Amino acid sequence: MINIDARGPRFSAVITTVVLAIALVTSNIWVIAFQTAVFAIGALRGPQFTPYAFIFRKIVKPRLKSTPALEDVRPLRFAQTVGLGFALVATIGAASGATGVFAVATAFALVAAFLNAAFNFCLGCQVYLLLVRATSK
Amino acid sequence: MDSLTQLVLVLLAATGFGFWFKRSRGEFRRKKTLNGPKLSPAAIGCELGSRVTMVQFSSAFCSPCRATQALLEDMVKTLPDVRYSHIDAESQLELVRELDIRSTPTTLFLNRDGVEVGRAFGTPKRSQVMHALNAIH
Repeated sequence: MINIDARGPRFSAVITTVVLAIALVTSNIWVIAFQTAVFAIGALRGPQFTPYAFIFRKIVKPRLKSTPALEDVRPLRFAQTVGLGFALVATIGAASGATGVFAVATAFALVAAFLNAAFNFCLGCQVYLLLVRATSK
Repeated sequence: MDSLTQLVLVLLAATGFGFWFKRSRGEFRRKKTLNGPKLSPAAIGCELGSRVTMVQFSSAFCSPCRATQALLEDMVKTLPDVRYSHIDAESQLELVRELDIRSTPTTLFLNRDGVEVGRAFGTPKRSQVMHALNAIH
């Protein structure tokens, strides 16, 4: 089990919220494509390897005084994977001109990131067991 | 409706949900009628407490599960008539379906007969657990 500084993913969730809000308002495909790539790194390699985590380590962390709480990386990775799913759908929607699909998928990813940033919402806690229940006998 | 209005509405709805969600975590919800199944020590993996048994369901992608486990394990140390059992929801899907566990952590409070009196979602505060335990005789 890998544990990382819990403030890192919270910081990343704030940046993710801002990026997704910009994507939703501007409908710019490059913004959502960029966030999709960030989610892909977080889901496939781990949330500690994204550009946002890099900014946190290099710029934010040295300025923080509180002692870090550690957090298991698996729930974070799960949330990144769900985010990747929504962002992929949004990017494909934007690329193919389906603006409704783009807006709805981006809004879902935005809500998840915002709840995580503002309320420390744990997506895996709410969704994972339902997925397992739905997909296994 | 322009995209900025959409963004504001999405964030407002998410904020409302977030406050409700945060407030409702850890709260002990008493069942009106004790109509649940009688759980045996074999089903929950520990002997029943002489007054209360707390059964926590956890999953892999759940950070608050660990905090909940640490709290409840610590609390039962000083309560001789209360027992605690920790179950990995994924490995007990039949029981999870029977008891309709949807999110993690979910903690069931069983009376001395092994029948559910109520449950709490998310990580409760120490005082909330104490309050729930004191109401069960």
